[in-house]
Amino acid sequence: MRALPASVAITGIAGNLGRKLARLLHGETRVVGFDRRPLSDFPKDVEHHQLDIRKAQVEDVFRRGGIQAIAHLGLKHDPREDADEAHSFNVAGTQKLLDIAARHGVKKVVLLSSANVYGPAPGNPNFLPEETPLLGAARLPGYRDLIEVDMYAQSFMWQHPAIETVILRPVNIVGPTVRNAPSNYLRLERPVTVLGFDPMVQVIHEEDVCRAIALALRPGVRGVYNVTGAGEVPLSAALRELGRTPIPLPHFLVRPIVKRLFETRLSSYPPGEVDYLQYLCAVDGSRFIRDTGWAPRYSIRETLRSVLARSPAAP
Amino acid sequence: MAGIGDEIQDRLRRWTLELGGPGTRERLEKLTPPRNEFGVDPYGFDVDFLQAAAAPVLWLYRKYFRVKAFGLENVPNEGPALLVGNHSGQLPFDAAMVEAACLVDKDPPRAVRALVDKWVPTLPFVSTIFARCGQIVGTPQNCRRLLSAGEVLMVFPEGTRGLNKPFAQRYQLQRFPLGFMRLALENDVPIIPVGVVGAEEQAPAILDLQPLAKLFSFPHFPVTLTGLPLPMPVRYRIWFGEPMRFTGSADDEDAVLEGKVARVRDAVAGLLAGGLAEREHVFW
Repeated sequence: MRALPASVAITGIAGNLGRKLARLLHGETRVVGFDRRPLSDFPKDVEHHQLDIRKAQVEDVFRRGGIQAIAHLGLKHDPREDADEAHSFNVAGTQKLLDIAARHGVKKVVLLSSANVYGPAPGNPNFLPEETPLLGAARLPGYRDLIEVDMYAQSFMWQHPAIETVILRPVNIVGPTVRNAPSNYLRLERPVTVLGFDPMVQVIHEEDVCRAIALALRPGVRGVYNVTGAGEVPLSAALRELGRTPIPLPHFLVRPIVKRLFETRLSSYPPGEVDYLQYLCAVDGSRFIRDTGWAPRYSIRETLRSVLARSPAAP
Repeated sequence: MAGIGDEIQDRLRRWTLELGGPGTRERLEKLTPPRNEFGVDPYGFDVDFLQAAAAPVLWLYRKYFRVKAFGLENVPNEGPALLVGNHSGQLPFDAAMVEAACLVDKDPPRAVRALVDKWVPTLPFVSTIFARCGQIVGTPQNCRRLLSAGEVLMVFPEGTRGLNKPFAQRYQLQRFPLGFMRLALENDVPIIPVGVVGAEEQAPAILDLQPLAKLFSFPHFPVTLTGLPLPMPVRYRIWFGEPMRFTGSADDEDAVLEGKVARVRDAVAGLLAGGLAEREHVFW
């Protein structure tokens, strides 16, 4: 396997996934972190810049030279945060970062997008290829930023053929430390389901995602890739595996109820996400496997069970 | 699975074996679709669930519609194929009967994957049961994947135009679109024409209430003599024709493909005409 670039910048390094990735890469390459949050108890040789990526000082770091690759994970998805601020942070931040990358000799950009950009829909084929239009925001406005960032990175890929741009669209990331909607959902003792619906779902372990990013950082990889875990599982079987007791609600009631629960802060499950409990949004990951030899290490069962581990640091 | 308890599933499975007749267990054991640790294939097909869910279908097959299947040897024992048949009867019992025939009257059995319309996944329970039984939404990507995995697909080119047509048009094949032929050419798979005799009379429709169809976002809203689209106990006769092989490019012009599609349509029409001539009565 070809060697990693000599130094890699990670945005969002203080996040759960960012920390995991930094630990994975740090033995093999120089890691430079960017995050608004501080990075505590980390090896001394990990250089951290506690900065908003929209700030001018970010470019100073790149001017000093030496950064060969960027793993861009620093996107915000919190549905409770101010939408305008999140939009500026995600979209304007990404534009700034990619602009800097093009000006300062960065050879590789890996964007962590998501398979959710396609969106769940009743007419979806069972395995969506990378060419599928990104319609995820049609019913889930929360994905608008991510889709915009994904498309911006696609145009960047064509504008800068000399830079190897990789857009990774992993399936639902699940793990002991991640706190995204799918992981939080699987942690519920009594999750809401949609009565009579049981879509196939795909999950990938957080460590496998980090390994996929590391694979994408290596020279020679370029393009848009779905990244899959060990396979597909009916939602009901996933919940049974975790010993959950689902609360099935009829499809005509589930959205108003989940919306009310979200608004009253009784649940942190965004109402738009109900579509994922009802319809398919599974992807075809064969291209990444073919081009890079990708193989996840965790089975579906291990991935699901990983959410049961007690999280070390709840933010 | 799919909201049915294990005990009920076991009972249904025993009923399936009973209705299937002697040797059914051994035959069904020859079905070995890929399964992961949760017992399903990547599409959510669960062969154990199929054996349970097949019981009521088999009751209809053996006792209600008393299906006679002819020419099952034309369905290949292995490898991909496209079954192309006429569609009728308001509710798609014809698809279920074709599948039942390939499951219990064929040795080795084939688990036929019917292509369903994309409104099926919007229906509670139906969506789940269909998926566990191996039915899938008929998108081009799905079809290509399944054929290259060597599966048998069932296609009703007439779609709901055939399914929900009025009684006066029974056994008159509606327009066959070209999609299935492109699929067959692209994947180089044989087409097996299928003529289903009987279903066309099971639920005579006199009206199609389009405003109500719109209201419920159904493709059609047929009104039958009884008001409901439930089938009468007609006797089904299912004729499987000889495999047809076509050569040429899937990207040929419509006019070229139309000629090939017409040959398949004629083959289905021929099976229907032969079946109707042989039949002495609608109900027995």
